[in-house]
Amino acid sequence: MHDVLLNVDRLEAWYGESHILHGVGFKIGRGELVTLLGRNGAGKTTTLRSIMGIVEKRQGSVRFDGQETVGRPSDTIARLGIAYCPEERGIFSSLSVEENLLLPPSVKPGGMGLKEIYGLFPNLEERRRSQGTKLSGGEQQMLAIGRILRTGANLLLLDEPTEGLAPVIVQRIGEIIRQLKQRGFTILLVEQNFRFAATVADRHYVMEDGRVVDMIEAADVAQSVDKLHNYLGV
Amino acid sequence: MLDIFSIPLPALFGQLLLGLINGAFYAMLSLGLAVIFGMLNVINFTHGAQYMLGAFAAWLLLTNLSIPFWASLVLAPLIVGLFGVVIERLLLKRIYHLDHLYGFLLTFGLALVIEGLFQWKWGSSGAPYPAPIPGGYNLGFMFMPAYRGFVVVAALVICLATWYGIERTRLGAYLRAATENPTLVRAFGINVPRLITLTYGLGVALAALAGVLAAPIQQVSALMGTNLVLVVFAVVVIGGMGSIMGSIVTGFGLGLIEGFTKVIYPPASNTVIFVVMALVLMVKPAGLFGQTK
Amino acid sequence: MNNQRYMFAAGLIVLALIGPFVVYPVFLMTALCFALFACAFNLLLGYAGLMSFGHAMFFGMGGYFFGYVVKTAGLPPEVGLLAGVAGAALLGLATGVLAIRRQGIYFAMITLAFAQMVYFICVQAPFTGGEDGLQGIPRRALLGGLIPIENDRALYYVVLAIFLFGFAAINRFIHSPFGQVLKAIRDNEQRAVSLGYEADRYKLLAFVLSASLAGLAGATKAMVLQFATLTDVSAGMSGEVVLMALVGGLGTVLGPVLGAFVIVAMQNYLASFGEFVLVIQGAIFVVIVMAFRKGLVGEIGDWWRARQKAG
Repeated sequence: MHDVLLNVDRLEAWYGESHILHGVGFKIGRGELVTLLGRNGAGKTTTLRSIMGIVEKRQGSVRFDGQETVGRPSDTIARLGIAYCPEERGIFSSLSVEENLLLPPSVKPGGMGLKEIYGLFPNLEERRRSQGTKLSGGEQQMLAIGRILRTGANLLLLDEPTEGLAPVIVQRIGEIIRQLKQRGFTILLVEQNFRFAATVADRHYVMEDGRVVDMIEAADVAQSVDKLHNYLGV
Repeated sequence: MLDIFSIPLPALFGQLLLGLINGAFYAMLSLGLAVIFGMLNVINFTHGAQYMLGAFAAWLLLTNLSIPFWASLVLAPLIVGLFGVVIERLLLKRIYHLDHLYGFLLTFGLALVIEGLFQWKWGSSGAPYPAPIPGGYNLGFMFMPAYRGFVVVAALVICLATWYGIERTRLGAYLRAATENPTLVRAFGINVPRLITLTYGLGVALAALAGVLAAPIQQVSALMGTNLVLVVFAVVVIGGMGSIMGSIVTGFGLGLIEGFTKVIYPPASNTVIFVVMALVLMVKPAGLFGQTK
Repeated sequence: MNNQRYMFAAGLIVLALIGPFVVYPVFLMTALCFALFACAFNLLLGYAGLMSFGHAMFFGMGGYFFGYVVKTAGLPPEVGLLAGVAGAALLGLATGVLAIRRQGIYFAMITLAFAQMVYFICVQAPFTGGEDGLQGIPRRALLGGLIPIENDRALYYVVLAIFLFGFAAINRFIHSPFGQVLKAIRDNEQRAVSLGYEADRYKLLAFVLSASLAGLAGATKAMVLQFATLTDVSAGMSGEVVLMALVGGLGTVLGPVLGAFVIVAMQNYLASFGEFVLVIQGAIFVVIVMAFRKGLVGEIGDWWRARQKAG
């Protein structure tokens, strides 16, 4: 691979006594959009959280832009240029929409300005003074994505951005993610909705029981449908 | 209900003013406690001792270095706030992972140490501190000492400034967010541990500031904080610690109720706040402005 | 292992019986009263998970009720002890009903506030003697003259009996079905509630029991030392019993007893230091919370078990 931005190798992670990740390994090139697929409990969210440094205990290697991040606290990792959009969205109820957007600090130059973000998500501008959690599910998801675009981070970790959303909104989010890819963001996407993932990704990694068990290029997806159905238990 | 107009107005308003002043201190201290509790999940028993340290700092600065009241208003909170930062870094930080009751026990122990030391060195009788604004105004229905009027206004300003700082500024947004979800806030690149230390320091500085304001009104004594903080706990239970504005309103309100009780039924004035607490617990256990946590 | 336990228990019994001939009886009796007080506190914390920071109100009121009944009303000491227990139980019921509504830190603050309220009432109420307290409570013989307690040594065995009664009552409670349910509630309240247990009722029962025993301890102390004062209902006293349980080992059976003896001994020893005792008490709090959370019994127990494994 030409320009590896994220290199995960032999990554293990625990929650208390539970050993969740048993040696995860994969690479993401600069500008790529890669997905982590797998059933519930395969360890996809834990992988994202491990990269971000917010699991209790982890071992192994996660190199971002050549720098080792295992052993460093999450705020340091964020400042290297990684941004995280959690599965539960994490919108702060004690902050307004605009305050939520302005919260993540700038970690690198080149982040999107507030106007630009409102350009991508006009409905957020309309509701900017509302309490963050008064928004609908779809709007909250857009808010969660929008606020990490300000930071200047170039690697985005998105955890199930389409979960529980109406098809119209899922489409809109798909458009936005494609736009982000065009702008040069590198994206690691966790998705259960395989159909959606196939419309945006360059490559797919499949996870099972805390390990990466397969990798499928976008081009090969059509032939691998049966295999994927097996993996995902659909 | 007693006919309150059978009591001479100067007496009534005099007590109400006193009540308002007490309320000002209840508000300032419960505000500090609420801010610290929100971020650290620790009930800072040391708050009373830190209030006392503020008053003592002002007194010591005056008697040893001739530093006047107005400078102490800035210096004392800074000094005591720094001391708070040291406490947080050295001790509190190491027990966050434990049951929150340990934080209560630790701060209780620290309060004993601080108050014990000051009591041992300076005894329990108080030292007077000269009022920086002498004299007063005759308002017709009462006589208002100038300094006391100033204290009420100052306390209001401080409380509202704190409210503004938390609800309307960027740093306040960081604080509110970190109170809700510290892990995620840290994952955005904000140094949450440092924010926590800062919050504790600010809460302590607020207590110390209240102490400086109190010095000319009360005697500066080693135990001036304990008696106060026990009442403030009741204020905090009544108000619930959900909102900043709630703490402020509850503090001032209870002070007024206390003052009013002193006029119509003096023997109950010591206990009326606790009675109110019992009533609130019966009707709204989470507190008037609280959310059940 | 069982042999060791029996020897240990036997040793304690021997010590308890010969105690007053070796050590100043009043010290032992005071320590026993506080030991009962600490055990009562520990029952609430260790088995119901509720830390009361106002337990002095039960201890102190127990003493006041005893003093009033014996000194002012002239009734025999048995009635005084009963009055102490009953009064504390009622107070426990009244405050418990409200305090139970919150948990954790709020519960601690509420009990602290109620205790303050009781303190202020005691300052003003006529029957407590205000600032002076009730002094010179007479020691009259128990059981209509059968047991003379003017003699310190004789009184010691009575106090020992009272302590053992209280201690046994606590143990009975812990091992009873009530106690088991309480433990389940402490460990996982939601689960217990979903199983159909009314958690609040059990917690209230534990609270009232704890209050009654604290009242018994206070009444006994008034009987021994022959006075009841404001100090006994003060926040300082509440803090002291927490310290005793903490030093001894929260949630252990013998911890509060050991802690009480240690603290009472320390106070006797350091009496000449005046206010500095507070500094030392505070420092002990800090050190234990930071480094020795298991208390004496817990840490010694760990050390002993480690030795057993190695040897």
